[in-house]
Amino acid sequence: MLRAEGLNHRFGAIRALDDVSFSVQPGQTLAVFGPNGAGKTTLLRVLAGLIQPQRGRADVVGGRRAIGWIGHQPQLYAQLTVRENLGFWASLYDVAPPAELIARLGLEAHVDRPVRALSRGLVQRVAIARALVHDPTVLLLDEPFTGLDRVAAEALSRLLGRHAAAGRASVLVTHNVEEGTGLATDVAFMRAGRFVHFAPRAGRGAAQVAEEYRNAIA
Amino acid sequence: MRSPELLRHAWAVASKDLLVELRSRTAIVSVATFVVLVLMVFNFGRDQTAVSNVDLAPSILWVTFTFAAILALNRAFQIELENQALDGLLLAPIDRGSIYLGKLIANLIFVATIEVIGLPLIALFFNVRVLVAPLVMVIALATVGFVAVGTLFSAMTVRTRFAELLLPVLLLPFMILPLRWAALATGLLLAGRPLSEVQGWLNMLAVYDVVFVVLAILLFPATVNE
Repeated sequence: MLRAEGLNHRFGAIRALDDVSFSVQPGQTLAVFGPNGAGKTTLLRVLAGLIQPQRGRADVVGGRRAIGWIGHQPQLYAQLTVRENLGFWASLYDVAPPAELIARLGLEAHVDRPVRALSRGLVQRVAIARALVHDPTVLLLDEPFTGLDRVAAEALSRLLGRHAAAGRASVLVTHNVEEGTGLATDVAFMRAGRFVHFAPRAGRGAAQVAEEYRNAIA
Repeated sequence: MRSPELLRHAWAVASKDLLVELRSRTAIVSVATFVVLVLMVFNFGRDQTAVSNVDLAPSILWVTFTFAAILALNRAFQIELENQALDGLLLAPIDRGSIYLGKLIANLIFVATIEVIGLPLIALFFNVRVLVAPLVMVIALATVGFVAVGTLFSAMTVRTRFAELLLPVLLLPFMILPLRWAALATGLLLAGRPLSEVQGWLNMLAVYDVVFVVLAILLFPATVNE
């Protein structure tokens, strides 16, 4: 569903991606762990086509229509209501606004409120709805749990579980091993733009993955 | 990408921009205030016996509308930086030309609104007839030209540190020709000359519009790529 081959990218003297290659198959959720500045966000932006890599290539089956993005920022217009925001993004994908998704994320009571009037947790829930508005087959998630309240974090975990169970793929980047491990079928550790570890999680728990991560990054 | 899809997505972007502005009213209020203040300063700060109204009005009209438009264009892509909405637009499976076209439509409606506010004041302060079809045509054609170029440069400069300074610096060289043609045509029309005398300027403004709108649609995807 997603393939990266020999990705290289520099920002001036900083090597953000250094010969990164991997593929993600249907049903896989790859969690990429790394410290700040390891190149995780650059990797996601290259996979999404937001950055053209200086060398190598990234392909997502289905192209941009297949990709859903959940990042630090909600990509919403603060002055518009939840309904108007979701309606706008749905119109760009030529789909109807997602009533069922709004219900699943517990947003029915807030659809006519402007985004600027919502709490941070609610904004993040709307951002999740925005990312899933077109029912993407590949999810790219950049520190998706940052700023989420408990309800939103649980809703996101459930959605990701359902996404994988439906045979879809996700790539999740985070520096928080504990929150990422539970969702992952595969884990990768990233340091200075390189994958220093990439393997199936194979039943390992968060504590074990965290220890391996510490050893690999040290 | 087929034209109906391009236009539908462009209209979605434009109507979203206009709705955001309708809700906040920050840009329209500040630009409208700027227009009123500039016209009042020109009106009360001039020696009415030195230069006739008909000679002065074209320059004042175009100075006011040019700087008002630059203020408006500066905000065109700023709203997309808030919450990184620009990434969402670039990720959407739409022709990137439709993003440009949507921004252009919204900017044209915005600048036209400012011109509708400014024109009666120009008529009032300078005692000239502005609501005549040929003059409206000159204003419309010149506005399309510099808003088309300005929308492209607004996208190019929005992620730079000095966006508000860079936009006018980049834009003004491209505005010299249409401004010159528009000011000359405006002067003749305010002096009561027939349409036939300004037809050449109108044709050149129309050619400028077509060339730069097409060029901007083609160049826009390259300006927003990282």
